[in-house]
Amino acid sequence: MAQGVSNSNRPAKPPIWNDPVYRALFFQFLVLGGVIALGAYLISNTLDNLARQGIASGFGFLDTTAGFSILMSLIDYSEENTYGRAFFVGLFNTLLVAGIGIFFATIFGFLVGVARLSSNWLLAKMATVYIETLRNIPLLLQIFFWYFGVLRNLPAPRDSAMVMESFFLNNRGLYSPRPVFEDGFALISWAFVAAIVIIIFMAKWAHKRQEKTGQQFHTVYASIGIIIGLPSIAAVIAGFPMSWNYPELTGFNFTGGIVVIPELVSLALALSLYTATFIAEIVRSGIMAVSHGQTEASYALGIKPGVTLRKVVIPQALRVIIPPLTSQYLNLTKNSSLAAAIAYPDLVLVFGGIVLNQTGQAIEVLSITMAVYLTISLLISAFMNWYNNKMALVER
Amino acid sequence: MSEIAIQAPTKEMTVTDDVMINMIGVHKWYGEFHVLKDINLTVHKGERIVICGPSGSGKSTMIRCINRLEEHQQGQIIVEGTELTGDLKHVEQIRKEVGMVFQHFNLFPHLSILDNLTLAPIWVRKMPKKEAEEVAMNLLERVKIPEQAKKYPGQLSGGQQQRVAIARSLCMNPKVMLFDEPTSALDPEMIKEVLDVMVELAEEGMTMMCVTHEMGFAKTVANRVIFMDEGQIIEENEPNEFFNNPQNDRTKLFLSQILSH
Amino acid sequence: MSDQKPTHKLGEHPDWAPPSITIGAVGWVRANMLSSPLNIFLTLLCGYLIYLSVPPVVQWAFLDADWFGTNRDDCSREGACWIYIGFWFKQIMYGRYPDTEVWRINFAYALLVVAAIPLFVPSFRWKGWLSVFLLIGYPIIAFYLFVGGSFGMEHVETPLWGGLFLTLVISVLGIVASLPIGIVLALGRRSDMPVVKAICIGFIEFWRGIPLITVLFMSSVMFPLFLPEGMHFDKLIRALIGVMLFSAAYMAEVVRGGLQAIPKGQTEAAEALGLSYWKTMNLVIMPQALKLVIPGIVNTFIGLFKDTTLVLIIGLFDLLGMIQLVGTNPDWLGFHIEGYVFAAFVFWCFCFSMSRYSQHLEKKLHTGH
Repeated sequence: MAQGVSNSNRPAKPPIWNDPVYRALFFQFLVLGGVIALGAYLISNTLDNLARQGIASGFGFLDTTAGFSILMSLIDYSEENTYGRAFFVGLFNTLLVAGIGIFFATIFGFLVGVARLSSNWLLAKMATVYIETLRNIPLLLQIFFWYFGVLRNLPAPRDSAMVMESFFLNNRGLYSPRPVFEDGFALISWAFVAAIVIIIFMAKWAHKRQEKTGQQFHTVYASIGIIIGLPSIAAVIAGFPMSWNYPELTGFNFTGGIVVIPELVSLALALSLYTATFIAEIVRSGIMAVSHGQTEASYALGIKPGVTLRKVVIPQALRVIIPPLTSQYLNLTKNSSLAAAIAYPDLVLVFGGIVLNQTGQAIEVLSITMAVYLTISLLISAFMNWYNNKMALVER
Repeated sequence: MSEIAIQAPTKEMTVTDDVMINMIGVHKWYGEFHVLKDINLTVHKGERIVICGPSGSGKSTMIRCINRLEEHQQGQIIVEGTELTGDLKHVEQIRKEVGMVFQHFNLFPHLSILDNLTLAPIWVRKMPKKEAEEVAMNLLERVKIPEQAKKYPGQLSGGQQQRVAIARSLCMNPKVMLFDEPTSALDPEMIKEVLDVMVELAEEGMTMMCVTHEMGFAKTVANRVIFMDEGQIIEENEPNEFFNNPQNDRTKLFLSQILSH
Repeated sequence: MSDQKPTHKLGEHPDWAPPSITIGAVGWVRANMLSSPLNIFLTLLCGYLIYLSVPPVVQWAFLDADWFGTNRDDCSREGACWIYIGFWFKQIMYGRYPDTEVWRINFAYALLVVAAIPLFVPSFRWKGWLSVFLLIGYPIIAFYLFVGGSFGMEHVETPLWGGLFLTLVISVLGIVASLPIGIVLALGRRSDMPVVKAICIGFIEFWRGIPLITVLFMSSVMFPLFLPEGMHFDKLIRALIGVMLFSAAYMAEVVRGGLQAIPKGQTEAAEALGLSYWKTMNLVIMPQALKLVIPGIVNTFIGLFKDTTLVLIIGLFDLLGMIQLVGTNPDWLGFHIEGYVFAAFVFWCFCFSMSRYSQHLEKKLHTGH
């Protein structure tokens, strides 16, 4: 029976030029060839140009002394440090402003998104007006508005706006008290760590107890109590081993405290207010995507509104919200590069701007800069794929 | 109350005198639109009531008022001696005792079948998880799909989903079950499996109110059929009388339309 | 309530008016603003915020503002000085384009408006041809008008271009040029050929992964290195190429979304009729997909329109760039806020109307027309 199929039983082969397999191969070969040729042409032009202009190539410049100072740095940096270190200063400044922006944009975006769905007409309308206004104005314009229009027009340090004698706002930035840790502060830190550990165990215990006996436990309230209570007790025992270093006006400017430069304030402000409008819309559509029938079914079972929100609405809304939310985070991170326009020393300004100008090595510098953003966006899309696969609703 | 007694037309029904649901002069408006007009209805324990009528006649709205998915604006609704008011405690109390099955099932798509069933017992009845799962498995067996427990709603057929939805309501051990067109969204071959479950439930003595156009079901199961039109109860009678000897012209017209095919 | 005697026959209960407290202005306010203690609190809070913000803004922008005058001494400085905007209006709109040649820009605007109007008339029959004219013919005419140097028109160098005019040139040209590239990329990304697919994915993800500002940096410092000796591009053209490649990647994703929404049965039906791949795409899939993606294209355009402001970082003076530039004029220092508010207003009008239009289109698509 099983004699194998003889050749004559196979479908006849078409001539090569009509065979879809060969056509596809040929076409791909052509495209690949074209791309390689174009690449080779551009590279050879570039090499010629570099040779003619006498620009060095390679990444050796990263070890050269930078010789310029940077307005703000999270790591130790001075003019004697290398370009390589300057790169990290810029990178950390980018991550800092992106982190601050993401934090506030998320909080504000969620609040506005929920407000827009509120049954209170006035609140819903105000949220709509906010969203429709800010999302339709270019981000760069908003950054300029806050920086040149508002913060730089603030009074001089002498006439700072002040809150409780400890926060000062003037045209040099925002000054706030800085905590100074003294001996014995370790105890408080340990108490804090202990509180977190206790909360984790408590949550596990409460979950187990509910499974076993059905009794519910207010984990949230208990957690808040523990996380505030334990460190407070530790502080009392250690005798409050912490003081505040207040900013003080000496001469024309403030000394002490923490300074947030106006560039950072305006950039973070504009980024969070702008991105919050997009997040608000995402949150709104996420909540609206959970059909009304879901809440009705839950209510009909006698489940309270709070539990309905926690167990039925939020888990379903989050599936819809998280993917576009992460892409907004990515947008915010990319938009933080507008820092260059108001001279906040982020990656693009420090590296793509100053270092590029000083070394002239455009290709290397811009490649590194782009590689950083590409890495961030690849990481985020990898997370998104993972999340989508994990969360996909099982369908037939 | 005397007015209500006149409204109950059947004398030969074998029901006890316990009143489950009592609606007295209930009115409801959607904006300017008068949806429920002077609804007076008493449901006794163990009664099985089928409500029919043209679409838009207020049938669904009426039963949705009973667990306050809709709010009534005038009149009284008393369920098991508790009056439905704005008081959240009363609403919670009543929703615990009243089960509801929806036209579009409304299963929770992010939870497995078993979790769909145990959610309310765990969070409302404060039942231990094991116990809730035992109850749930028993009920799944009763609706004949215990093998689907670990699956998700999206993997089930419409008929299976509706049977899960019935089991989910039964998990709360309700005293009354409300059905809001439970078979309207189903393919014809799946209607029977859902109706079978409902018939079984009726035979066990469950108090039921059912909005449906399944006249066969009404004839075999109901002990009272209510016809509604334009927000009012037009006619109510025991099934034989209702189908063979309708009193009102609108009832006759409706029956001729629905029974002609 | 229950002792109302039935005055009507069974089943003929008249429609009653709802309880007065639930309808009309009173009912509306109760339901929408005062339905619970929390709601009352929110209403008061919002009212207070409006009280804090709206009157001062109105006072500044309208009541105390100076509208008429010719120089800064006419400004009382108590409110906004709109004279500032009036004084620099020509620069903000057209940049440094020669005064005597501005009619060319206005003529091009007028031509665009007149040619575009029939597109919005449902009964107009030649929409296809008109679109082709707008996408291909119009840019050529506009190019000759703007650049000049022929037909007896004076040549105007691109560094003189600026203001809202430049913003429109960059964004419109960017979107028009990126559409065909985007379509090709989208088809490539959905292709079965692994090499083509990989190249398209790589291209799209590269441009979508980097900020526009690095693209502009690249166009100003890296592009010249790519070109053979002696070949030289204008700064505007280099920026345009960057913007075009950048938006093509976004466009590709929009088009891909549209292609995905077309059911597989359409391709199968077309193939069953004996149509080749390109004929299937051109005659069956693309006409349906492009209709679906118009809202997406409008949204991409809004994004690009706002992003155009970034060109000021590489030294092109678009609307915002012009506002920044005139803000540094020693005679007119201290009017930043007026400048930004005006620019914001212009951008807002464009973006808001376009986003409303795209929402309208989306609704139309959803209802299946």
